[in-house]
Formats: sequence, C-alpha cells, structure tokens
Amino acid sequence: MREPLLDVRGVAVRFGGVVALDAVSFDVYQGQIAGLIGPNGAGKTTLFNCLSRLYQPHDGEILFEGTSVLATPRHRIARLGIGRTFQNVALFDRMTVLENVLVGLHGETSSSLFAGALRLPSVRREQAAAKERAAELIDFMDLRPFANWLAGGLPFPIRKRVELARALAARPKLLLLDEPAAGLNHDEVHVLEGQIRRVRDEQGVTVLLVEHHMSLVMSVSDKVVVVNFGRKIAEGTPDEVRRDPEVIKAYLGTAA
Amino acid sequence: MAAVTNSWATKGGPGVVAIAFWALLALLPFGERFVAEGSFDYYLFMGQAMLINAIAILGLNLLIGFNGQISLGHSAFFAVGAYTAAILMNFAGWPYWATLPIAAIVCFVAGYLFGFPALKLEGHYLALATFTLAIAVPQLLKYKPIGKWTGGVGGLLLDKPEAPEWTGLGQDQFLYYLCLIVSILSFWAVRNLLRGRGGRAMMAIRDHAMAAGTMGIDTARYKTVTFGISAGITGISGALSAITVAFVAPDSFTLQLAVSFLVGLVVGGIASLPGCLIGGAFIVLIQNSSQSISDWMKSTFSLRYDVPAWAIYGVLLIALMYFMPRGIMGGIEAVFQRLTTRRERQP
Repeated sequence: MREPLLDVRGVAVRFGGVVALDAVSFDVYQGQIAGLIGPNGAGKTTLFNCLSRLYQPHDGEILFEGTSVLATPRHRIARLGIGRTFQNVALFDRMTVLENVLVGLHGETSSSLFAGALRLPSVRREQAAAKERAAELIDFMDLRPFANWLAGGLPFPIRKRVELARALAARPKLLLLDEPAAGLNHDEVHVLEGQIRRVRDEQGVTVLLVEHHMSLVMSVSDKVVVVNFGRKIAEGTPDEVRRDPEVIKAYLGTAA
Repeated sequence: MAAVTNSWATKGGPGVVAIAFWALLALLPFGERFVAEGSFDYYLFMGQAMLINAIAILGLNLLIGFNGQISLGHSAFFAVGAYTAAILMNFAGWPYWATLPIAAIVCFVAGYLFGFPALKLEGHYLALATFTLAIAVPQLLKYKPIGKWTGGVGGLLLDKPEAPEWTGLGQDQFLYYLCLIVSILSFWAVRNLLRGRGGRAMMAIRDHAMAAGTMGIDTARYKTVTFGISAGITGISGALSAITVAFVAPDSFTLQLAVSFLVGLVVGGIASLPGCLIGGAFIVLIQNSSQSISDWMKSTFSLRYDVPAWAIYGVLLIALMYFMPRGIMGGIEAVFQRLTTRRERQP
C-alpha cells in the first residue's frame, strides 16, 4: 500500500488542564483535498499549529513523507514541503504584494546577506528568477493589478488571495488552509472553491483545509475528518460523514 | 488604499534622484566662495558630523525601522567603534583607513552577541536592556585597569590624518570626502541588502514574526545577525568620528548621544534611507540652531534672561512631529504621492 503524505498519530495537546487535542489520528494521501471540520473550539487550529510547529504536542507523532515533523524546527517546515495560511490572514503589511510572495520564496533561494549587500551577479540572477516565479503566482491568483500595492491596505478577500499566493511560492507538497472561506461572500466562496481545485490540479499540491463553510468542504473535499472536543469522531468521504450519527449529534445536538 | 509605487518610482526615478543628490554632496567642498570668509572649514566640519550621524542612524534604522527591534544603546556601539579606531591608530600605529573595517567587525561581533539576550526581550523590555548598554559603556571606558589603553577619563588624543599630496585638498575637505565615500558605500550596501532576500526576511520578521517563521525564515538567526550588522554600521560611524575629531573621551558617548540618534531616526523617517541623511543633518543643525534661536529671541524681544536652548529644541521637535508624524521623509513622500497621483489620473 502507498505511504500517506501526512500521517498524524495520536496527537495530544493540553493547555493547563484543558485538553485541546486527545489522541487524534488521521492521514492524508498525496493528491487529496482533505477537510478538517468540527464545531468551534474543537481543536482544528490547534492541530494546524502543531503541524507548522507553533505548538508542541504532549504526545503523539506527525510524519510527513516518513519524516518526523515534530523533530523539525519551525523554520525548516517550509523546506520539508508544508505551507499554510492563517485564520486571521498573517501578511507582511508594510511590504508590497510582490514582496510578500517573494518572502514565500525564502526557502527556495539561498543568497547570503553578505552577497546580497554587494549585489553580486549570482544574487541578481537568483532575484530575477524569484521575481519571475512570484509573477507567475500573482497571475495564478489574479493579483496582477495589486502587485505593487502595500498588503496592509488591501481589502480582506484580496488579502486572502495574497496569502495563498505566498504559501504556494515555496512549492509546498501539502498546503494547510485555515478557514479560507471565513469573511468571504457567496460569490467569493465560489471563486475560492475553483482556486482550491486549481491548486491541486495545476500545481499538484495536496490540500488540508479547516473550514466552517459546510457546503464548500463537502463539495471540494475527497475526504473529511471530524473532530469535536479534541477527539476525532468521524472520518470518511463527505457522504459517509454527512450520514454519521455522531457528526449529526455534534453539530445539531441530540433530539430531546 | 494606496499604491506605494507609481510609474515614476518603478522606472527607477528614486535611483536617479539618489545619484544626483550624492553628486551634489560631492560638489559642496568647492563652495568656499559662497560662504563668509574663514567660515568654510567650520561648515565642512559640520558636514562631516552630519554624514557621521547619518551613518549611525542608518545602522539604527536597519534595526528599528526594518527589523522591528529597538535600541536605546547605539551610543555604546558608536563608542566601541571610536575607541577601536583610536586604540589602533594610537598604540598600533595603524593608518586611519584600515581601522574602519576592524571597527565594523568588532562592533558586529559585539552587536551579534548582544542580539542573543535581546531575542528573549521585546518592545519596552528590549529598550531597557539596551539602555543599560548606553549607561554602562562610558563608565567601563573610564575603568582603571584598562586605562592604559583607553586613556581613562581624559580619553585619547589622535593625529588628524592629512590629505595625501596628490589630492590637492585641504585637511577638512579631505576628511569630508572620506565621510562621504564611507557614507555612499554604507547606504549602497544597505540598499542592496534591503532589496534582496535577506532584507525582505528582516522586514517580514518586523511585520509578522510568526508568519515569517512559517515561510522558512530562521527568525532568531536573522534577528541576532541584524543586531550585529546594525551595530557594525554604527561602529563604522564611531570610527569616522574618532578620525575626524581626532579625539575620543568617555563622556562623548553618553545616553544623550543614543537618544539623539533615535531623534534623528524618527525626525528623518523610520524605515526610510533618505530619512537617515535628513536625520543626521537635523541633529547637527538643531543643536547649533537652538542656541542661535535662543540668542535671537533674547535680543529681538529684549528679554532679560536667556531662553533655554533645550526647551526650544523640545518645542521644535514637538511641532515637527505634530505636522509630520512619519518624519520629514514621510511628509515629503505624502506630498509627492498626492502630486503624482493627480498628474497620472489626467488622460
């Protein structure tokens, strides 16, 4: 059998006495779009933060292509092939859209500070190639008119697209999207759905998304993992999950 | 919403202005006929001081404006740079120019090492920690056991370098050019740095450190190295100051100097390279002009007592910050933006 791209095994996180994640396990295979859903406070973002090494789990293991994520320092996660966006959009506000995407290419480039200060020919070549790649991504996300605008002043839906372009710059194998639909209107969610598919189909990126927008998750995902109160309560195709009594109970409560 | 760059900016306009500006500065030492007889060397000396301050502020700006760290202690690195130059020239007989890179390296190492404890501190706490540098270093320089090298309270008197014969320049003209060349090289290197991978990483850390880490930037390493580079640049300016003034003493490098760098930085414009030059000129000018404004007020309004010069300095600063909250360069950019966007809208 094929190895999973991402293998989450029994991950547990506690904040003081609060159990945020309790032995959560699931896997994601290459080429999948996987949805991670659950009511507010279920532990979805906590899990993302473990994946990008912002939190340290108390127990469990996370393997990415067989490599331990938890043994990798935060700044090497991008190099490993995991990119992400943030729930509240974490852009570099005083930099332009182009510069934001170029920062996403940090791990793809390697010129030293010293070479950079002298602007050696190798630096110029690398910079030109990086700009070309950044321009491609800016076009891919339909951001061309905003390329030289400061990220801080842009409207929210545009900012979300910038973040996606920045995350794609590092050529991730796995892209973590934290509530990409939050704050978007109906039409914008529709556009987003197409973009997520194109990310997988055209850029060949596996996607794991946390999302509250049910119709988006159900239509775009190949598989869905449901967590509630820090525990996995269901896993399967959107249809299977939709019919699962545990899931219905978690979302709608028990009939009186 | 505002576009930061318009077609003028993307077509290299700022680069042309910068070259023209540096060229203008290079012509100044030939302006003797435009000033009063005998005062020209004084103006040249002021010009040297302005450029030296501008380099010090450039170092500080890299740290504060582009990396989001703070330092109230850059007078300490300025002092270390000055003493490095002074000791090498005085005891080892080094030529003045060879002391500049050594001062940069010594201060880089000092700043880099200080960057490690600084990693644990942010904002007000980092300000306090760097503040201790500014108050400790002048005292350390007076410390008896090392007095043989530092000259203790009295400091060290140096020989002012003479202009080489072939240049045909006077001593102050020559020293002005020395400062100008070092300035151009420093600003050029920093500009290159900021436009490249490393500079973008510094700014990304400033804007959102956590996201920067997720993008593969080793934030701790970049912050310590930036602290080192910042200190190194300010150290170069300290060495230049020792060379041009031909004297170092502990009490030249007090907390007041650190604060004046900070004032220059804020007045010129945080995260602006031209702002560093404006700030450097400002702190030299205002310290001179506060006294003359005070004298002028006393005579014009027939006052019986002197108006305190530092109070005038304070009022000027407050007024400036009120009208240009983003510094002088920020004010210039705002006006320029308004003019160019209006022009571009026309068919």
